[in-house]
Amino acid sequence: MVLDRREVATPAARRGGRRGGAVRLGLMAVPVAFFALFFAYPVAAIVGRGLKADGVWQFGRIGEVLSRPDLQDVLWFTTWQALASTALTLLIALPGAYVFARFDFPGKQLLRAVVTVPFVLPTVVVGTAFLALLGRGGLLDDLWGVRLDTTVWAILLAHVFFNYALVVRTVGGLWAQLDPRQEEAARVLGAGRLAAWRRVTLPALAPAVAAAALMVFLFTFTSFGVVQILGGPSYSTLEVEIYRQTAQLLDLPTAAVLTLVQFAAVGAILALHAWTIRRRETALRLVDPSQTSRRPRGAGQRALLGGVLLTVALLVVLPLGVLVERSLDTSGGYGLGFYRALQSADAGGSTFLVPPLEAIWNSLRYALAATAIALVIGGLAAAALTRRAGRLVRGFDALLMLPLGVSAVTVGFGFLITLDKPPLDLRTSWILVPLAQALVGVPFVVRTMLPVLRAVDERLREAAAVLGASPLRAWREVDLPLVRRALLVAAGFAFAVSLGEFGATVFIARPDNPTLPVAVARLLGRSGELNYGQAMALSTILMLVCAVSLLLLERIRTDRSGEF
Amino acid sequence: MLALESATVRFGKRTALDAVDLEVADHEIVCVLGPSGSGKSTLLRAVAGLRPLDGGRVLLDGADQAAVPVHRRGVGLMFQDHQLFPHQDVAANVAFGLRMHGVPRAERESRAAELLDLVGLPGAGRRAVAALSGGEQQRVALARALAPRPKLLMLDEPLGQLDRSLRERLVVELRSLFGRLGTTVLAVTHDQGEAFALADRVVVMRDGAITQSGTPLDVWQRPASAFVARFLGFDNVVEATVTGSLADTVWGKVPVPDGSPEGRCDLLVRPAGVRIGAPDGGLRCTVGARTFRGHHVTVLLNPADGPALEAVCTLRDTPHEGAVVGVEFDPAETVVLSPAAQP
Repeated sequence: MVLDRREVATPAARRGGRRGGAVRLGLMAVPVAFFALFFAYPVAAIVGRGLKADGVWQFGRIGEVLSRPDLQDVLWFTTWQALASTALTLLIALPGAYVFARFDFPGKQLLRAVVTVPFVLPTVVVGTAFLALLGRGGLLDDLWGVRLDTTVWAILLAHVFFNYALVVRTVGGLWAQLDPRQEEAARVLGAGRLAAWRRVTLPALAPAVAAAALMVFLFTFTSFGVVQILGGPSYSTLEVEIYRQTAQLLDLPTAAVLTLVQFAAVGAILALHAWTIRRRETALRLVDPSQTSRRPRGAGQRALLGGVLLTVALLVVLPLGVLVERSLDTSGGYGLGFYRALQSADAGGSTFLVPPLEAIWNSLRYALAATAIALVIGGLAAAALTRRAGRLVRGFDALLMLPLGVSAVTVGFGFLITLDKPPLDLRTSWILVPLAQALVGVPFVVRTMLPVLRAVDERLREAAAVLGASPLRAWREVDLPLVRRALLVAAGFAFAVSLGEFGATVFIARPDNPTLPVAVARLLGRSGELNYGQAMALSTILMLVCAVSLLLLERIRTDRSGEF
Repeated sequence: MLALESATVRFGKRTALDAVDLEVADHEIVCVLGPSGSGKSTLLRAVAGLRPLDGGRVLLDGADQAAVPVHRRGVGLMFQDHQLFPHQDVAANVAFGLRMHGVPRAERESRAAELLDLVGLPGAGRRAVAALSGGEQQRVALARALAPRPKLLMLDEPLGQLDRSLRERLVVELRSLFGRLGTTVLAVTHDQGEAFALADRVVVMRDGAITQSGTPLDVWQRPASAFVARFLGFDNVVEATVTGSLADTVWGKVPVPDGSPEGRCDLLVRPAGVRIGAPDGGLRCTVGARTFRGHHVTVLLNPADGPALEAVCTLRDTPHEGAVVGVEFDPAETVVLSPAAQP
C-alpha cells in the first residue's frame, strides 16, 4: 500500500511542475508584491539612508557603531535578558503545559483562555500592568514599599507573563496528543517513572520545546513596549535603542547599523525555528487530547495542579487585576473618574488633539482594515504554500515570519520616508497604519491557516471532482468548509495583534488619530495622577477588547489550528 | 463502454501503466488483480481523469476522454479509504454528486434515502461520518458513488480495510447488487478471493502491464505464468522440461496432461495433485509444518532435493510431522505454464 500512496502523491507533485506551478506563482505574486513594497522597501530605504553618504556605502560605520561601549552594553543586555526571560518562561510554563495537557479540572477551558489573554495583549498594556503592580505607587509599593520597576526583574516577569501562553499552547498542545501508552510501554519494559519520561516523552516533546523557546527568545529579543515602559533609563534593548536613536537623537546611521544587527539575529533565530519545526513534523503517534487527560490523583499531582493555579493567579490574573483596580482608584475613592476624563481632549493637558476615547474607534477601525489586509495577503500566501514544494517556497515561508522580528520601529520610520512621494504618497492616508499593522498580522494568519490547509486531503478534492464538482466548486465545497474555523481564528489573531501594534504605529499614527497603545504610551509619558489613571483606564479598555475577541476565538478554536 | 488503447502512464523513469489495452462491456464486472505497485490504482485514476495519460487513449462509449475534465466524465470512483467528506453528514455525502449535477432537493433527499436503504443503512442520513464504523463508511462511500448513476463505477480496493468475515459477506452482497442495478463495474484489488467472488472477468496486472485476462474459473484453472500462479497462492512451481507426457523437474518425473507443449517451461502442481503414499513409492519427502484449515489440512513436504511441496489432505489422512512419505503426482492437477518468459 505504501507504493500505492506514492503513486497517488506523485502525479499531483509532477503536474505541480507546470500548471500548479503557474497557479502558485500567481497566488504568491500579491503577497510578494505586498512584502516588497511595504516591508523590504521601507527597511532597505532606512538602512540605505543610514549607511550611505553622498551615494557611497559607508560600511566602516558598522565597525564604528559596534565598537561603541554603550551600544555593546545594549547588545549584551538585549541578549542576556532574552536568554534569561526564555529560561524563566520555560521554567515557569512547562509545569503549566503538563497540567493543561494531562489533567482535567473544573474551569480548564476558561483558564486556558485566561492565560492566553496576555499573549495577544498590546505590549504597552503589559508594561502598564506591571508598572501598576511593581512600580512607583504600585501595589507592592503600597503594601511593603517594594519597587521593582527600575530593576531587570520587572522586565523578566513581564516577559514571562507575556509568553506563558506560548509555551503552554505549543508544548502543552503536543503533550496532550502524545499517546500515554508509549510511556506505559517503557514502564512495562522496566523503566522507572522518571526514566520513562526522559527516554520517551522528552524526546518527543523536545522539538516543540525548542520551537517554543525560540519564539519566546525572538519576542523578548525584539521587546519594545515592555522595556520602554519598565526599563527606565538604565535598561534598553536593541529595539528601544533603535527607537531612541531614530526618534530622539536623529542618529540614522547608528539606527541603521542596529537594525542590520537585529535583522541578522532574527534571521538566525527564524532559521533555527524553521529547522525545529520541520523536525517536529517527524512521525509521532498522536491521539485525541480528550483521551489523555484525567483528574489529578494523589497529593503530589494535586500539589502540582495547585502550584500551577497559584502561578497563574499571581503571574497572570494579579497584574491584570491590579491594572483594573488602579484604573478605578481615583483620589476621591473608587469610581469611573478616569474613564470619564478620557472623553475630553484637554484632560490630558496638551497631549491630545482629540479626546483619548476616540482612540478606541481609531484602533478598531485600523485593526479591522489591517485584519482584512492580513487575511487577504496571508490567505493567498498560505494557499500558495499549501502544496509541498521545493526550497524556494520554503524560503518564502520563512520570509513571511520576518516581520515578527524585524524592528517595527524601522518599518514605521521607513514608511514615513518612503511612502511620501507619488505614486505612493500615503503620508496623509489613513491606510498607512493598517498597512504597517497587517505586516505583523500576516505571519499569524499564515501560521494558523497553513497546517489546516495542508491537512485537507488532496483526495477529498478528487472525490468531489469524480462526483461532478468543477475545481472551483470542489474548493468551495471541500476546502472552504474545512478551513472556515481556522480562517476565523486567524482573523481574531490578526485583529488582536493589529490592535496592540505599537512600534510602527507610534511613528505613523497622526497626532489627531492616535491608536489605543499610542495614546496609553503618551499618557504614561506625562506626569500627574490623572494621566496615570487615564493610562490605566485606556489599558483596561484595550485589554477588555482583546480579551473579548480572544474568548470568542476560544469557542471556535479547533485542535489543529496552527502553532499559536 | 470503456476502452483503453495503449494507455501509458509514467512517473519519472518508472512506468506505472505500460501500453495497457482493456475493454469493459456494458453491465460487465471486471476486476483487476495485482500486487501493490502493479499500477492498478493508476489505471482507475487514468480512467477517472485524475491522472493524465502519457500515451494512448481512454474511451468511454467510444468517445476519447483526453479533453474531458474529471467532473464531466460521468464515472464513479470509490476511493480506497472512502474519502467521505468529514464536514457533511451521511445524507449530504450521498447526495453530493446529485447536488453537483443540479438535481432538485426533494429528489436528492429521496434518492439518498433510497440508496441508504439499498446499502443496508436505512435511516442513517443524519449521522456524522466520523461516528461510522469502517464497514458503515464503506457502505456510505458506495451509496455516494452510486447516487449520480455513473455509467461506469470504479472501486479501488473496495473491501480492503474490512475484516475477513464482513468482507466475505459484502462481496456477495455487492455482486448481487450490481447484478440487480445492471451497473458496469471496474474494480481493483490485491485480494484474489475478493476478485474471484466479485468479477465476471479477472484481469491480472504486473508491473503496469496485463499478464492475463479471463473468467475467474479460467484464470484459476490455467494461470498464464509462474507469476500469476504464485500470486494466486500456488507455491508448487518449478522449472521443468516437458517431453511427451512427462516433465523432468528437480522433484523427478512429473506426469503432465496429454498435449502439453514440449520444451522448457514452468510447471505448477496444485496441492490437491500431490498424493501422499508409502515411503517406498515415488519422491521421498519428510513431513514438515501442518496447517489446519477447517475441512482440510495443508502439509509442507520437504524432499531431499529441490523446493518444499505443498499438499492437501483430509484430517484423517494427515501424516505426522517428521514422518517420511512417498509422493506421487496427479497429471490432472498439473499445469504447464507458458515458457519461462518472465524471470
